[in-house]
Formats: sequence, C-alpha cells, structure tokens
Amino acid sequence: MESSFQALGQAQPSRLLASGLDWRRRSVNIVMTALIAGAFVLAMLPLFSLVFEVAKRGIPGLSADFFTTDARGVVGGGGASHAIMGTLIITGVASLISVPIGIMAAIYLNEYGTGRLRRALTFFVDVMTGIPSIVAGLFAYALFEIFFGPGIRLGVMGSVALSLLMIPIVIRSAEEVLKIVPDHLREAAYALGTPKWKTITKIVLPTAFAGLVTGVMIAVARIVGETAPLLVTTGVVDSMNTDPFNGRMQNLAVYAYNEYRSPGVMKQAAYDKAWAAALTLIAIVMVLNVAARLVYRRYKTEIR
Amino acid sequence: MTASRPTTAASIEPATVPGRPAKTIKARGVNLFYGDFQAVEDVTMTIAPNKVTALIGSSGCGKTTFLRSLNRMHELTPGARVQGEVTLDGEDIYEDRVDPVAVRRLVGMVFQQPNPFPTMSIYDNVAAGLTLNAKRVSRAQKDAVVERSLRGAHLWDEVKDRLDKPGGSLSGGQQQRLCIARAIAVEPEVLLMDEPCSALDPVATLAVEDLIAELKSRYTIVVVTHNMQQAARASDVTAFFNLDATGKPGHLVEIGPTEEIFTKPGQQETEDYVSGRFG
Amino acid sequence: MDRAFAHAATAAALTILVILAGVAAFLVAEGAPALTAAASDLPGGKGFIDYVAPLAFGTVLAAALAAVIAVPLAVAAALFITHVAPPRIALTLGYLIDLLAAIPSIVYGLWGIFVLGPAAVPVMKWLEEKLGFIPIFDGPASVTGRTMLVAGLVLAVMILPIVSAVAREAFAQAPRRLQEGAQALGATRWEMIRMTVLPFGRSSVISGAMLGLGRALGETMAVTIILSVSGAVTFNLIGQANPSTIAANIALNFPESSGLAINALIATGLVLFAITLVTNMGARAIIARQERI
Repeated sequence: MESSFQALGQAQPSRLLASGLDWRRRSVNIVMTALIAGAFVLAMLPLFSLVFEVAKRGIPGLSADFFTTDARGVVGGGGASHAIMGTLIITGVASLISVPIGIMAAIYLNEYGTGRLRRALTFFVDVMTGIPSIVAGLFAYALFEIFFGPGIRLGVMGSVALSLLMIPIVIRSAEEVLKIVPDHLREAAYALGTPKWKTITKIVLPTAFAGLVTGVMIAVARIVGETAPLLVTTGVVDSMNTDPFNGRMQNLAVYAYNEYRSPGVMKQAAYDKAWAAALTLIAIVMVLNVAARLVYRRYKTEIR
Repeated sequence: MTASRPTTAASIEPATVPGRPAKTIKARGVNLFYGDFQAVEDVTMTIAPNKVTALIGSSGCGKTTFLRSLNRMHELTPGARVQGEVTLDGEDIYEDRVDPVAVRRLVGMVFQQPNPFPTMSIYDNVAAGLTLNAKRVSRAQKDAVVERSLRGAHLWDEVKDRLDKPGGSLSGGQQQRLCIARAIAVEPEVLLMDEPCSALDPVATLAVEDLIAELKSRYTIVVVTHNMQQAARASDVTAFFNLDATGKPGHLVEIGPTEEIFTKPGQQETEDYVSGRFG
Repeated sequence: MDRAFAHAATAAALTILVILAGVAAFLVAEGAPALTAAASDLPGGKGFIDYVAPLAFGTVLAAALAAVIAVPLAVAAALFITHVAPPRIALTLGYLIDLLAAIPSIVYGLWGIFVLGPAAVPVMKWLEEKLGFIPIFDGPASVTGRTMLVAGLVLAVMILPIVSAVAREAFAQAPRRLQEGAQALGATRWEMIRMTVLPFGRSSVISGAMLGLGRALGETMAVTIILSVSGAVTFNLIGQANPSTIAANIALNFPESSGLAINALIATGLVLFAITLVTNMGARAIIARQERI
C-alpha cells in the first residue's frame, strides 16, 4: 500500500535537511578534527626544526679537517677523525658481542625454549629493554673496576655497556622475524630427515635473513649515538686510539658533548664542531634506518 | 498507516520531527564503484513502505553493496563511488546539500555480526543513538525510550533486570535484538538489515524473523539474505540480484511479490536460482 | 652436532641471565658502601637518603612533565594518522613520527639548549606575567631558557614517538564493525571515535604512556645539557634554580669523582633502575591484562 503521506512529505520543507545535524554537533566535530590535525602538525614541528637547525649549524663545522684530523694538541682547530674512528670501533665491538648472543638467544626462545628457563628469559629481556643507558654504563664500569681497579677507562668497556642496551633489541626483533617463518617449512625439512640444527641454519635462518639483518641495523642505529654510558666508561680523549683494550676512546656523541661542555678559548669553533658531529650522527642514523628498510625489501623471501 | 503506537511513546518523542511514518525508497540508475571496479550496475527499483523487501542472490553479486548505498555507508570505504539517484520519500539523499549523517539518522542499519558497544551497558547501548541525536533528554524520557525500544525488539523481559550489564554479556541472538532495539530507538523511517540472522542459531533466527514481521507495520524494511527459505518466509517483496561472470558488476534481474518470484518468476535466471540450480 | 647446537642456544640464554645477575650484583656491590657510609663522608654531607631524594624528585618531575605534555599530543597524532588522514599517506606519516625516535639524545640536548631554550624565553616571561600566581610559573623567568619547562618539553618530544606508536597500533585495530555501528546510527566522525575507538584503545594508551614515562625517567643527555642545576627542590618550572635528575647528576659528576663519591653515584643509579623497573613492569602488566580480555 502506497504511503498516503507522500503528498504531505512534499508539502513540507526538506526533512533531510531539517533532521540533520544541529550546529552544535557539527561544530564539535569540526573543532575536534581540527585539534587532532593540529596536534599532528605540532608533533611534526620539532622534527623539522631539529633537522633544519642541525643542518644549518652543522654545515659550517664540516670540513676536510673535520674528517681527517684528530684534536690532539690543537687549540681551536683539529677535527673529529678520532671520534669517527672511535664510533666505528666501539659500535663494531658492541655488535660483535651482541649479535651472536642475541640471535642465539632468539633461536633458543623461538626454537628450543620450554618451561621455566624460557619464561625467565622472556621476562628478563623485558627488564633489559628498560635499563637506563647510564645504568648500563655504570655496570660496565663496576665490572671492570673490580678486575682492573678504579679509574679504568677502556674502549671495550663502552662496547660492553652498549651491548647491554643492544642485546634486548636484537633479541626482540630476531624473535619476531623467526616467529614469522611458518612451521610448515620446518616440518617439511624434518620430514626429509634433516636434523634440527641443520633445519635452523639452512632453512629458518636464510628465510629470516633479511629481517635479521634489518633488526641488527636498527639496533646499531639506536646505540651509535649513545653518550651517557660512554661518559662513564670510555671517557674523553683527544687523540686517535684504535686499540679498544688500551686507553680511552671517544665516539662522535661524546665528542659533540665535550666540544659543547669544554669549548676552550675559541667557543664558536668548538660549537660548530659539536653541531657538525651532531649532523654526522644524524646522517649515520638516517642512512642506517633507510638502508635497513631497503635491505629488507630487496632481500626478503616471500612466504606464500 | 502509522502503527498503533502506545500513547506513552507518543508523549515522549525526542525533540525532532514528530511521528515518523514509513517511507518509500526509490533507486534510479544506481551504479556503485570501488575505485575503478564496478560492483553494481544500473539498479532501478522501488522499495515500498510497511513491507519487507528481501534482496537475494549468490555471494558477491552486489546486494550488500547496494544495501549500503541506501544509507550512504557505501561511500565510507576509501575510493568508493556512487552514481545515480536514491530518493527517500521523494528527496534525493545524495544531493550536495544533504549531510550523510542526517540520512543515517533516518535510515537505520543492523549488521550481519551483532555489534553492541562492548564498553557500554545494555541501557546505554539502546540509548546511544538517542544521546547523540536528541538535544536534551531527561532521564525519564530516556528510560521510556529504552523500554519502548527493548519491548519493540522483544528483548525487554529478558534484560529488564540487568540493564546496567555490559552489552557484550548477552547471547548472540540477544545481542542482535539489542542492535535492533538500538536502531529503532532513534525512530528511523527505514530499517536496513544485512544478513541479520546469518550469525545466529535457528531458535534465535526465528525470534528475529518474528520481530521483523512485526516491525514492518512501523518501518520500511530491506533485508539482504543468502537464505532463500528465509526470504520466502519473511518477506513481502523479493529482488533477485545476479552476476554475469566473476569480475562483472552485479545487477538486478527482477523484483516482484515474493510468492510470484518463488513460484512463477519472470526470468529464467531467477527460476534457476530459486530452484537451487546454482548459487 | 644437533646437541651441540642446542646447548649453544641454551648457553646463550643462560649467558644473558648471568649477565643480568651480574649487573645487579656488581651494582649492588659498588653501591652498597655508599649506603653504609657515614653521612659526613658522602657528597652533600647529609647521608644517602638526603642526597638521592632531591635527585629522585627532579627525575620524577621532569618525566611526569614530559608525559603530561606528550601523551595527549601522541594520542591525537595517532588518531590523526589512523582516522583522519587519507589512508594512502598514513604509512608515511607514521614513519615521520617514528623518525623522532631515531635522533640521538645528545642532538636533542644541543637543540634544546641552543634552539628551544632561547625560543622559550619570551614564552616563560609571558607565563610569569600572566600566570605567575600558579606555583609552577612562579618565576623569575630564566633568561637562558635552561629550565625544567624546556627540559620537560624536549623529553616530551623524545617520548612522543613511543606513546604514539603504541596508540596507533591500538586505534588501528579498533573493530570495524563497532565503528560502522556508530556511523550507521548517525554519529559524526568525532562521535564515532569517542564512542568506539577511544574506549577500545584506552589500556594500550595507558601502557604506552607508562613506557614513555620509563624512557623519560632514564634519559640523561638532554637533561644534562639543558638544565641549569642548583639542587633546589622546587616545582617552579621556569626559574633559574632547578633540581637535577639522577641520570644527569651521574653524567655531570662521574668523570671527576673518585672514591666514595663514585659509590654514591652508583647507588643513585640503582635507585633510578628500581624506579624505571617498577614503571616498565606496570606497563607490561597492563598490556598483559588487555590481551587476556
């Protein structure tokens, strides 16, 4: 039966427009949406300011000298080559320590672990992710102090401190990646009579390879700019030192801090170098992050 | 024409247009797209008031997509487009000046999977639409609307003692009736239902079907269902949608009184579908 | 060979536990002398508790300030990415916010003292003028910008990506059918967010906020560089005299210290570790409870 209200409906003004939103709900919606968008813009401002300012202030400090000479015996001049080398060595040794332990521990958690040890490990890895970086430095100091006496400063101490920070990151990301490798791949290998260790090294790890590499690169990016743990372990030094087991060593972050803190007579030059070091650090971190993503996309194995 | 409504309800209408009689929906040349892919092609049909219209057809033939274009939900999918005209009681709901939110106020929807808001109580769930839409509703007014809606959904007796319990604590059939209560609490003119019983057990299904039969005296109802027996049981008008081949858009094959469609349909396609030869 | 490999994996797991036990043991060993020493031998001369209390105060104040600023911003930014911005660029926007987390803290420190601090000076003056009756804006406003307010702001920027990432995860997973249910009732976008997305993400946001808080508690370099420290215990955010934080105190004094002073610093490090541990455990407990629902 056709509605006899049809005629009535056409005589009235548009009900769709009339029954719509009252202005209050409409304006609340607009205001809140604007606030939300505004918050995002606000959150982006520091990022742009940071990148802009570091570039603006850091470029004047860059020079061939900056990259090739160290700061020994120089007033107002000199460069950061020792800091760059220090960054490479300290971070490199830290990776050497963290990556094998971290990946093996992730293998344990994902492939072997059962019962109490597994639960304890998961719990403590969680604890480790929360260690403040300066506390990690204090631990490394305490450890070496017991064996070598107070006042000891060594490059490798810094690496130990950084490992404490790096290991949980490597474990977490490696665990994620290993979990993604589907069980049916492992079972296919077992069904062929492959022993477990071979299954892991020849099937699981290669499948997860890109993800593992990415995880390590991201972990390195996190610790390459660390300052606090190194202040208490590797100290401050002006000259190039390539032996992590002998004497102080400095990385770029500590270098930047030191140039700021003790600028000496030629303040502006020192500040310039601090900014230049900051710029170099940001560049390294960005390159690592981007490279990590590219590596992942290029080398990941598609799992159907 | 308007259903015999209890006088108590009439005296506590929300502060908007009073007394909503069921309305006619007319679709004319409706084409629906997801980006470049056309999902529904050239549908023209009239949906009569105070009747249950069933949309049937095999999966993927566009019946749900078409349903969602009737309350402007289709356009919420990124990239989705609507071409053509859909009028509610003579007014084009897709006209530029019309706020989609206003359309959804007048055209309610019940979904396949019951979706009561889990963080709200049963009472608050039913009142949710009311709280949004009415300017200022006193507690007494809200109480009356909640009771009216729950009674209308045949759920009042089962939940009247636990209105403050969370919406998710009910059984599947009860949750769906809760969603129906929530939808009718705002007094829509049309009720759209997307396979409302497909997630329910047979007993709950029957309860909802009975409810639909009663609700049609107050609303225009459109039900999408892939269950032909349900369409035959519960609807007055049936519209059959079909696809020529996968990847092609769905289209309306024929529409007519339910009894006719199921006993002597006009198209061979329809006959094939309702007699179970495909789909 | 199979057994050897399995042993190696287990050994790695055990090594880590040993390392952690070692951390605890060595820190306690080195820190204990400060706890048992006579008050006069310790820096400050008033005993360990009096030494660490103002530092703990400063630590919590700075971190709390950072959280109060960062959490609403992070939640709103997360909502923007998941529900307001066009879906095609949402991923890129997420990367951008996550970039904030990649910047080393020393860079934040330099930025804070050379860029944000000076820029904040006029703002702090205005705060002192108009809102000076509120204790936190008591003033007199610092002219260098090396205040708790600026330190808190920088910390807020540093923890924003953490809170935002957790919130984004949660908001993106709000069930579609609930959101559609609200939309079908005629809700506006904000009403739908308020009714379905925010309640769903609430406990994730809380745990994300606590993770961010934990990070801010342990942050060293930004605070070390920015704050002009006087050891005062005060809520005044814009003044010259500021409390220090445990971490900054260690960074500033460790290189020059020796003997019992070092033990004292290590003991404060233990206190900091305890504080962050409790915060992080609380955050994980909340996540665990959410997952069980």
